[in-house]
Amino acid sequence: MNNLLQDTALIFPALLIPLFPLIGFMVNGVFGKYLPKQITGWLASLAILGSFICAAYLFLNMNKGSNINIDMFEWISFAHIQIGFGFLIDPLTLIMLLVITGIGFLIHLYSISYMHEDEGFTRFFTYLNMFVFFMLLLVMGNNYLVMFIGWEGVGLCSYLLIGFWFKNNAYNNAAKKAFIMNRIGDLGFLLGMFFMLFYFGSLNYDVVANEAAKLGINNSLITITTILLFVGASGKSAQIPLYTWLPDAMAGPTPVSALIHAATMVTAGIYMIVRSNVLFALSPITLEVILIVGILTSVMAAIIGLLQNDIKKVLAYSTVSQLGLMFCALGMGAFSSGMFHVVTHAFFKALLFLGSGSVIHALHGEQDIRNMGGLAKYTKVTFYTFFIGSLAISGIFPFAGFFSKDEILAHAFQENIVVWIILTTSSLITAFYMFRLVYLTFFNEFRGTEDVKKHIHESPALMTIPLVVLTILSVIGGFMGLPEGLGFTHAFGNFLSEVTAPSLPYLKQHQHLSHATEIGLMIFAVVAALSMIVWARIKYVKNKELPAADESLTGLNKIISNKFYVDEFYNNIIVKPITVLSDLFLVLIDKLIIDLAVNATAWVVSATGKTLRLLQNGNTGFYVFAMVIGMIVLLLIRVIL
Amino acid sequence: MNQTLEAVPQNWYLILSTLLFCIGVIGVLFRRNAIIILMCIELMLNSVNLLLVAFSAYAGNNDGQVFVFFIMVVAAAEVAVGLALLMSIYRNIASTDINVLNKLKW
Repeated sequence: MNNLLQDTALIFPALLIPLFPLIGFMVNGVFGKYLPKQITGWLASLAILGSFICAAYLFLNMNKGSNINIDMFEWISFAHIQIGFGFLIDPLTLIMLLVITGIGFLIHLYSISYMHEDEGFTRFFTYLNMFVFFMLLLVMGNNYLVMFIGWEGVGLCSYLLIGFWFKNNAYNNAAKKAFIMNRIGDLGFLLGMFFMLFYFGSLNYDVVANEAAKLGINNSLITITTILLFVGASGKSAQIPLYTWLPDAMAGPTPVSALIHAATMVTAGIYMIVRSNVLFALSPITLEVILIVGILTSVMAAIIGLLQNDIKKVLAYSTVSQLGLMFCALGMGAFSSGMFHVVTHAFFKALLFLGSGSVIHALHGEQDIRNMGGLAKYTKVTFYTFFIGSLAISGIFPFAGFFSKDEILAHAFQENIVVWIILTTSSLITAFYMFRLVYLTFFNEFRGTEDVKKHIHESPALMTIPLVVLTILSVIGGFMGLPEGLGFTHAFGNFLSEVTAPSLPYLKQHQHLSHATEIGLMIFAVVAALSMIVWARIKYVKNKELPAADESLTGLNKIISNKFYVDEFYNNIIVKPITVLSDLFLVLIDKLIIDLAVNATAWVVSATGKTLRLLQNGNTGFYVFAMVIGMIVLLLIRVIL
Repeated sequence: MNQTLEAVPQNWYLILSTLLFCIGVIGVLFRRNAIIILMCIELMLNSVNLLLVAFSAYAGNNDGQVFVFFIMVVAAAEVAVGLALLMSIYRNIASTDINVLNKLKW
């Protein structure tokens, strides 16, 4: 009885969580144009705040081990297959809920100020609320199909928001690219769901996990299903080979990059894999594939990030690289470490994006770091927060990134020394390019025009407050995951353990590293990262080096600066053949066959008409004659036959 | 059955009405005066009437004769309409030559 009461007290707020953004979306979408601008922005922000309060309430009041499962109604039912529509709140969902609504609220606040001059202000908040709604649906569903609705919905919102300034055609193309790349991944997800539905007869998380466990480890069916799911995840989370959309997605407004393309949507793939951790643990081959893809993505994106000159592009490649790192963790079976990095990354990457937005705001739209410099004295808050964010992403003790990265690196060290070397290199490159960005942006003298220099100003409080809050989170966020090997309790891992525990029996077990090794690894990582930072400081502050103009690059630099020509490669291998093929079909099938058939029919009809109408010659005698002849012919036919 | 009718064989009626019908058709085809064409049409109708009456008498069934009355009534109405049309044609072109009436064409 007590249990039941408690359940109802929790179900109601659970249902409110997705409802608030939906209401905000509806109201702003339908009545937004009749409301004053500021009100629509605050309305949207309050909707997210409401969701955050509900999520926090659930977090504080839920007993450990008692998940909330709400079956709303039976949705699809035929033959032996039944798919319901329902929500599931467990620790994994709770973490995602808090991240989405918490960071989402901060970014909404920030946007009120950042977008205040934009004519599409109301539209922007409508889309943002819609995005949050779908994202919540994605993490709250209790089966894969509900997740898929959210999955598709966030893809749509991502498209709408990347192409938010739709008058610029390049932005439209970026939006289309993101959408199409995501669709390729979605196909994998969809096929994976078909497999599950066909062989397990259900899409519910627990049923699928139980049925899969019965098949045992290394079953080819599970391998195929998980590979397909991973294709979906790599589309949404920008992994090789489907990562090229994310850097282009920076065409959207900066808060969008922070919310969708750094903190929440791109981590959906990781959420999905952690959600199906039993399935993935049963297929070592898939984990191997994930690990390799993660490593490649992490290193490649980090190297590209070294030579990018657009402040947002650097952050975009850093996001791709960090996502690769998370996939590495998943590939090693360290599901909770992957989720931990999702959370800390959401803190500092949202901070960095919002900080870059503040810089762009201060410079009236300038994004090229070669035209920046010396901003530290003009924009103090932005500088300090951005600096701390960079420390966090570089993995400097005691900031959030240190703990989560260290955990993944420790796993890599246990798993395979080569993996550890590559990941450490990638994380050192990260430290270097992040501080290249910091030093070029904030140190030395301003390199832009005098006209811009006169107007440099710190952003208003509405923008700096979210920065400060995120900075605090980036500083303390890591302490929820203190390393277990050193005798601390890993609060985050414990909280999540109930979700990841079922997959444990199927994973390779490693000896815990000795304290000395673990501490040694930490010290090595921090010292190496610090030396990278110092190197970047010598190079860009002391020697005042500047990234060369794009045209003057040669050799390897040119290749890296052009992102390894991957876009060009895709363009030549996939896009161009399709265009050529469609041109061919246009000439051959459409023009030659279809058009000809249609035109020929019309020509025959009109020619027949032209000839036959001559019979209508107006001569009554002729008509009568034709009639009599006709009758005689009919009679003859009758007689002869 | 009537004595006179019996004296004439059935074939004769057939031949007569066929002849009358053909005369009517040829009249319609080759004459240009609308009044004569109308009369030829009447001739065709009446040749059929003759046949109907003859068959009716020979078969001892009155249906055919009733039919003939109906045809006569309809023919009378038709002639009334036809003549009215002729009147109005004549008023317009001061002629009843149908070859002049060839404006309505492609």
